[in-house]
Amino acid sequence: MTETAEREKLIEVKNLKKYFKVGKKAILKAVDDVSFHIYRGETFGLVGESGCGKSTTGRTIIRLYEATDGEVLFEGKNVHAKMSRKELKEFNKKMQMIFQDPYASLNPRMTVKDIIAEGIDIHGLAKSKKERDEKVYELLETVGLNKEHANRFPHEFSGGQRQRIGIARALAVDPDFIIADEPISALDVSIQAQVVNLLQKLQKERGLTYLFIAHDLSMVKHISDRVGVMYLGNMVEVAESDELYDNPLHPYTEALLSAIPVPDPNYERSRERIILKGDVPSPVNPPSGCRFRTRCPLATDICAQVAPKLREAREGHWVACHLYDDEYKHAFNK
Amino acid sequence: MENILEIKDLHVSFDTYGGEVQAVRGVNLELKKGETLAIVGESGSGKSVTSKTIMRLLPKPAARIKSGEIWFNGKDLTKLSEKEMQKIRGSEISMIFQDPMTSLNPTMSIGKQIMEGLRKHQKLGKQEALQRAIELLDLVGIPNPEARVKQYPHQFSGGMRQRVVIAIALACNPKVLIADEPTTALDVTIQAQILDLMKDLQNKMQTSIILITHDLGVVANMAQRVAVMYGGKIVETGTVDEIFYRPKHPYTWGLLSSMPRLHSKTDELLAIPGTPPDLSNPPKGCPFAPRCPHAMKVCVEYMPDYTTLSETQKTACWLLDERAPKVEPPEIIAVGGAGK
Repeated sequence: MTETAEREKLIEVKNLKKYFKVGKKAILKAVDDVSFHIYRGETFGLVGESGCGKSTTGRTIIRLYEATDGEVLFEGKNVHAKMSRKELKEFNKKMQMIFQDPYASLNPRMTVKDIIAEGIDIHGLAKSKKERDEKVYELLETVGLNKEHANRFPHEFSGGQRQRIGIARALAVDPDFIIADEPISALDVSIQAQVVNLLQKLQKERGLTYLFIAHDLSMVKHISDRVGVMYLGNMVEVAESDELYDNPLHPYTEALLSAIPVPDPNYERSRERIILKGDVPSPVNPPSGCRFRTRCPLATDICAQVAPKLREAREGHWVACHLYDDEYKHAFNK
Repeated sequence: MENILEIKDLHVSFDTYGGEVQAVRGVNLELKKGETLAIVGESGSGKSVTSKTIMRLLPKPAARIKSGEIWFNGKDLTKLSEKEMQKIRGSEISMIFQDPMTSLNPTMSIGKQIMEGLRKHQKLGKQEALQRAIELLDLVGIPNPEARVKQYPHQFSGGMRQRVVIAIALACNPKVLIADEPTTALDVTIQAQILDLMKDLQNKMQTSIILITHDLGVVANMAQRVAVMYGGKIVETGTVDEIFYRPKHPYTWGLLSSMPRLHSKTDELLAIPGTPPDLSNPPKGCPFAPRCPHAMKVCVEYMPDYTTLSETQKTACWLLDERAPKVEPPEIIAVGGAGK
């Protein structure tokens, strides 16, 4: 796509690092030097296995965690810079989050109305009680519930309905950017489709930008314009979603795609699967060089010595692997 | 092929403060020797309750088997005493649970947990049982089994724990293995390893597997036959090819078309509107009728009988009645099946 060059970058993540202290001396490098950007109006999917740092990345972008190093720019402004209360409030209004577990992310002692209106109250978006109520009713209808639901408590709702309440809460302050952290993984298949369709409808109507974090690659492909693949705290590949799924470059992405069982028996019978050996190593003590090398079927000596950098292998398709580096390519004898 | 397990008109209910919840409402199933039968359905459809009834693992006194028979090896499992059942459980029929983090005892070494069944059912001595435990760990692909056998569950990763759970389940060469969402808690690359292992072991040991899952990809990969459950009933059964390429029940259509496809681009997923029925007050007619786009008057009033479509495929839907209007399945199924 040629127009991508001119598109406005809403979010720019630059060399983001987030380390956690575990125990006395050990440091867990959950996110280690990750850079990417999200264009205004697009959905950026972030995939990877548990422990790869995808949720930590999301939470650091919205400042639920302080970054250890690096920066996150939102409309050109650093999210992690020192902000006054007022500035922080202004920023919070623009960025919202939808959480994974609809059972844990809603306060069981608050009515749905108060849950949704919390943001409206904090930011003073309603002048009267009547306006507040109307706003809540409108939001409930937008997400496919109705105003009779406003005075009920979260326990009276099913998982799918709760997730709709979570979405209404995020929309209440009219944000530009929403981080959805595994918003559908706790839901049944038929309900997942309902929620995904709702998210897409809202994006069209309101011009929202999404960061969609999930481990379900087929759903990420469906909803995302571009996808980033993470492994053990590193971004290993970024590309437009069709390009990534049709021409995966990184051996990890290839293995990940080949591991997904497809609901098509004939295809399943004939496919050759790349089965990765072993487990993901501990992020407290990650392998030297390329972090994937311990499970990579193609790894050579150079992979243990030099960490590959994310580089543009094709237009708009970035990959961090020595296979695509002119300097090291010869080591693989391909 | 001969049937190894037969469930006949099974009804299971739970007594709760809110009244009786009819979780399973008349299930008929048979499992053939050496096959993998998948039971698919949403949460609350009764698939886990069915499998727990076979194992007689339902909580007492809340749950009761209202009626029905489960035939295994010439015995009706619903009539056995707890003592007789203990002889079967873990030796002839065993089970793999969803969450490998909670299905192992954290205070016992892995070896002890594997040896438990061997000592009890096969009356092996300590040394023999230990030897067999090490062999089993090796069989399920755990490296360095001599050392690992002495370790505790927390020293294993999720995928490794599920391998241990499989080793325990297979320790006594069971005839039937019930796997209740065996890979749902695992990452995809680990899931691929475990599915591969289960298929490999099935070939070696000729075990029959009942696979309970909501992931249709896993079904396509593992199963020969599929039973689709909804609202405590089986609404459609058939071979994998019949269910994926020639499904006749609107709920099966809905399930297949609400999944995104890896190999094609669809703009909008075909979601099934609404939510599953409340089984404390089960619908009189077809349980899917309130969510079914093709529902007719009769669907709300009467539960349809099974229509036999082939030797293997049976579907309970009024649309298959000769008086019903002809309805075409959604395009995504009509065009050369799912996934392509």
